[in-house]
Amino acid sequence: MKLSKESILGLIALGTFLLLALIAPGFLSSNNITSMMFQLPEFGLIALAMMVVIVTGGIDLSITYIAALSGVGAALMLTNGYGMLPAIIVAILFALACGAFNGFVISKIGVSPILVTLGTMVLFEGIILAITKGNSISGFSDGYSLIGNGYYLGLVPLSIVIFVLFAIITAILLSKTSWGRSVYMYGSNETATLFSGVKNSRVLMKVYLYASLLAAISAIIMTSRYNSVKVDLGSSYLLQSVAAAVLGGTNIHGGYGKVIGTVYAVMIFQFIRNGLNLLGFHSSLVDVVIGAILILVLAMNFFSDKFKKAAETRKAEKAA
Amino acid sequence: MSDYILQMKNISKTFPGVKALDNVELEVKKGEVHALIGENGAGKSTLIKILAGIHKPDPGAKFYFEGEEAKINKPIDATLKGVSIIYQDLSLFPNLSVAENIYIGQDSNKKPWKKINWKNIKKTAERALEELEVDIDPNTTVERLSIAQQQLVEIARALAFEAKLIVMDEPTSALSSSEVEKLYRVVDKLSSRGISIIFISHKLKELFRVSDRFTVLRDGKYVGSYQTEEIDESKLINLMVGRDVSYEKNEKEVETGETIFQISNFSKQGNFKDISFSLKKGEVLGITGLVGSGRTELAQAIFGVNKPDSGELKIYGNDVQIRSSADAVKKGVAYIPEARQTQGLVLEQSIINNISLPILNRMRNKLKLIDRKSEVQLAEQYIKSLDVRPALPDLPASKLSGGNQQKVVIGKWLSAQPKILIIDEPTNGIDIGAKTEIHKLLRRLANDGIGVIMISSELPEILAVSDRVLVMRQGRISGELGIKEATQEKIMSYALNSGNKDESSEVLNEPNQVSQGV
Repeated sequence: MKLSKESILGLIALGTFLLLALIAPGFLSSNNITSMMFQLPEFGLIALAMMVVIVTGGIDLSITYIAALSGVGAALMLTNGYGMLPAIIVAILFALACGAFNGFVISKIGVSPILVTLGTMVLFEGIILAITKGNSISGFSDGYSLIGNGYYLGLVPLSIVIFVLFAIITAILLSKTSWGRSVYMYGSNETATLFSGVKNSRVLMKVYLYASLLAAISAIIMTSRYNSVKVDLGSSYLLQSVAAAVLGGTNIHGGYGKVIGTVYAVMIFQFIRNGLNLLGFHSSLVDVVIGAILILVLAMNFFSDKFKKAAETRKAEKAA
Repeated sequence: MSDYILQMKNISKTFPGVKALDNVELEVKKGEVHALIGENGAGKSTLIKILAGIHKPDPGAKFYFEGEEAKINKPIDATLKGVSIIYQDLSLFPNLSVAENIYIGQDSNKKPWKKINWKNIKKTAERALEELEVDIDPNTTVERLSIAQQQLVEIARALAFEAKLIVMDEPTSALSSSEVEKLYRVVDKLSSRGISIIFISHKLKELFRVSDRFTVLRDGKYVGSYQTEEIDESKLINLMVGRDVSYEKNEKEVETGETIFQISNFSKQGNFKDISFSLKKGEVLGITGLVGSGRTELAQAIFGVNKPDSGELKIYGNDVQIRSSADAVKKGVAYIPEARQTQGLVLEQSIINNISLPILNRMRNKLKLIDRKSEVQLAEQYIKSLDVRPALPDLPASKLSGGNQQKVVIGKWLSAQPKILIIDEPTNGIDIGAKTEIHKLLRRLANDGIGVIMISSELPEILAVSDRVLVMRQGRISGELGIKEATQEKIMSYALNSGNKDESSEVLNEPNQVSQGV
């Protein structure tokens, strides 16, 4: 029985967890575990968003600024006396508007995703600065702060529940719906999907809309947890999310990528950051370690893909 | 000293599953213009690529340059022997100047830290352009030039390399008639200077105009070499098509029924003009013509991926608008493209995922989720009925042979239950056994009431499968033949329309109309 890429990554995640449990003091303490659960969802959601885009062979460099703009939307509502629900709705609408703009330029006009989102990254940043004048907006209601800081059934952080929920939804959408299938097929060969009657531009539009929805959820969790928002909300997650998606097995050229792989990758990042922190490593060293792991796993993936292809060829020859 | 600049002997080339060249020879005399002639797929390009050192011939091949044996293992070997090749889709660097393009490669032995001698570069370019007596500024960026001018730059580059043999692969296909005339003059000039030219073209008139001798290839085999003066057009057509290969006939087995499909006045600037035809139930309509005659563009226009400028389309008598490929699927039109691996299939995905792709929406259960079970069933059904081997539904399509890949593409479109099936070069690159299988299958589909339109360059295939043949030339229908009257020679003469200087050629050949391959 051969293990899939994702299962191997799962084992690596488990191994990292066990290793750090042994060597990092306090890693297993309930305090530390809970704090990891609070930190993971916001990054995890951005990473899932990035993964969906990468499966089409694209990239969304504006994703964290979509999140920030969406957070600003929520903050404006909350500080102007609106309740939690309208604030959440506005956050989602702001994000969807950004996603629709990206999706329109990419799918209808046909500009390459990296250029479009590089442009909209700056554009959205500018819009946020114009709204906030560079200041942070803070002071939200207690109810709102529960989203990022509260517990579900008094036990598990609410935000991790939200993350798991959206991870499951994303997995179902990608693997079970005709849209999800088209996303993979488009990512593998967009000409062939066009010649198969797939509405390429509609598929792509939905991809950028869905990614922005996930960014909005992440923004809601972040603003709630920090009780404030400013222009750089979540911006450090931008390239990390690409790294997590790729570490999770997503093919940077498109056509392959699984939710579970990305989730494992996000967990590995989280364990290592947290564990090395406990061990007293300087944060720059943490980046070195994460970079090294990334390269190592990518090299491993490269070779295992090669072996897999060879095995498939043998199988085909034997059967034929 | 030998009279021949180049002699190639015993040239064979086997690609996986296909013998592209079988013991071919080519001899070119010094200073002559030698035409290389054959239908699409006759092996001309393969032969030239072997000469260029891009493909390696099978063992036993011999090359002689000016009577001396030589080895050609890589492109530089050919260049050093004085061979320059001007490919159809030119190989210039669009962002560099004319002078740089002419000079490029001359310095390949120079140490990388040595300074570039710009004066020398300009001088070389000027001298080469002067020799051709063309007026092009060596400082211009190549992308600003017309195709005809770019071609001249390539020729100038060949001169700068002191080429003794220049190969031109369909050099006139993208030129207007006045530019063509200019090119002929350049060719004459080169040959009067003792440079030999291998001239590849489909246009018979042109060959009679420029060539001294020619060599005919057919189905990868050497037919012969002749003096141009000794031969007339009908003899030449005979040499090109008079082949021994023929496929089992698949004659009509059902009564032809009502008209199920009809297009009228389909036109698209630069692609095709005023195309009208209809298709009856039970009938296989063959469309042939040379590559570039607009067949594929027409098919893609019907399928909604190449929007025509005008034209009406009727299916079962109803007016139908097809604006996208998704529309086409909905309206019951299927198109199987020629480029199986890039347009027909998503290679790295499984057979199952490929077969269900056009009808994913019909594979959904009540929850709107894809029902994997019925998807697998569908795939297994077509794997069985089309005899796809190996019968492994989970196998990536890339692992199948060409014939089996084609069956998967056909299965994929049958799953969409089309009323009209357009199939472009159905057996391109497929071995002979699978070919006849696919021919039979197309006939079976027609019997079942699907309107089958088959586009093919291979005349024996057209004759073996169609009930009626449309011949296209330069974007128009140049002839229609019932299967009883159709012969390869007749079809070929419609496709080439030898002789009369024509009315319609400008549909295709306006300058700058042809895309420069982005």
